[in-house]
Amino acid sequence: MIDLWEGLRQAFWLVATADPELAEIALRSLRITLSALVLACLIALPLAALLAVKRFRLRRTVIAILNALMGLPPVVVGLVVYVILSRSGPLGALGLLFTPTAMIIAQMIVIVPLIASIAHQSLRELWHEYHDLLISMNVTQGQKMRTLLWDARRALLTAALAGFGRGIGEVGAIMIVGGNIDHVTRVLTTAIALETGKGEFALALALGFVLIALAIAVNLTIHWLGQTEREGRW
Amino acid sequence: MSELFPLSVKGAVTRRHGKVLVGPVDLELDGAGTCVILGPNGAGKTSLLRLLHGTARLHAGEITWGCGTEAARNAQAFVFQRPVMLRRSVGENLAYPLRLRGTPRTEARARARDWAARVGLSGLFDRQATVLSGGEQQKLATARALIGDPGLLFLDEPTASLDGRATREMEEILAKARANGTRLVLSTHDMGQARRLADRVIFLLGGKVHEEGAAEGFFSAPRTPEAQAFLKGDIVE
Repeated sequence: MIDLWEGLRQAFWLVATADPELAEIALRSLRITLSALVLACLIALPLAALLAVKRFRLRRTVIAILNALMGLPPVVVGLVVYVILSRSGPLGALGLLFTPTAMIIAQMIVIVPLIASIAHQSLRELWHEYHDLLISMNVTQGQKMRTLLWDARRALLTAALAGFGRGIGEVGAIMIVGGNIDHVTRVLTTAIALETGKGEFALALALGFVLIALAIAVNLTIHWLGQTEREGRW
Repeated sequence: MSELFPLSVKGAVTRRHGKVLVGPVDLELDGAGTCVILGPNGAGKTSLLRLLHGTARLHAGEITWGCGTEAARNAQAFVFQRPVMLRRSVGENLAYPLRLRGTPRTEARARARDWAARVGLSGLFDRQATVLSGGEQQKLATARALIGDPGLLFLDEPTASLDGRATREMEEILAKARANGTRLVLSTHDMGQARRLADRVIFLLGGKVHEEGAAEGFFSAPRTPEAQAFLKGDIVE
């Protein structure tokens, strides 16, 4: 209980004094997760739309695998990305290991199935509603996908936010591929793991509270920008 | 007459789960007037409309148009019994078919405004389409189908759930479309409406064309006992 209050006090103090190290770590966390989120959305949303409108032989299997991958263990993702990006790996020559880019790649892999699965659920329902109309209008597959993605954009925001939530709180994969290097790849979650390991529980808690505040702030901002709860939108 | 026509249907059959919904059907449609499809529930009216429109699978027979099938698909539109509203504003719903064809945004919006005025939805132009009343939604769906100037418009019981006023407004819209050269093919349960709108009648029974011909002849002197019974309001199976 004492640690909790101390953590709160330190968190308040770190924020109130605009601690430069905290700001640097928090901004890096945001930059990495938002980059991973944008890339993941570019892959996951069209994939979800394609799975909603296109009928092919292994469609159900692909959807089942995608759903199963929502629980993809980040540590395993980190390990696989590590092997691929390590010097002896197939992409070792790019020299990406222990860089923010490697962390973005790992986070992206972790959140793509989550975003795609949630988005597919929404798009499937909308496709069920629109099916007869769009078929009767003789629209192309691309037009169907664009129509669904645009009209379901608010539901897709929820999918993206779920991806953001998973990404910003992720530690296993980015610890392995980023290495938690001070001023280079240290982010809030890896800093929390480090401080906990050192026994600095109060500081770890402070960083945790900042992380939660950051996640809430980003969510609120996106909701506000997307006007998701405005009355009479639908 | 539009190059869409004549529409020729020979031995057309559509099935679902092995059960024949419609067919075999033989029909010839030219490009003038309003054709009304009549028949009791389960006669196959909706299935025939979908078959002609190309959204139900043709399992046997052939359907040919004056132009090619793909050109024919793009020259026709369909209004469903339960209107499907895009989750967009009234204006965006109206502009949607035009935008699909690559019409510039400003032009599409201007034409959408014009059509909204024609069907009495100007005041609701920026309102979400999904919050409109049933009658307003059906008018919007019809205007959205007509905005691309289709040569042929299919309507599946377009006034089935509308009150008298909304039905009259819908019929006025359809009369104007007909006057502008759009061929209308609609199914209805409303005998009064069939008498008001039809130039030609197709009477369906058990998925087959039981009787067809000019509306005047059908309503004044139906040839078959089933059609006579149907017009009298008896139960026909």
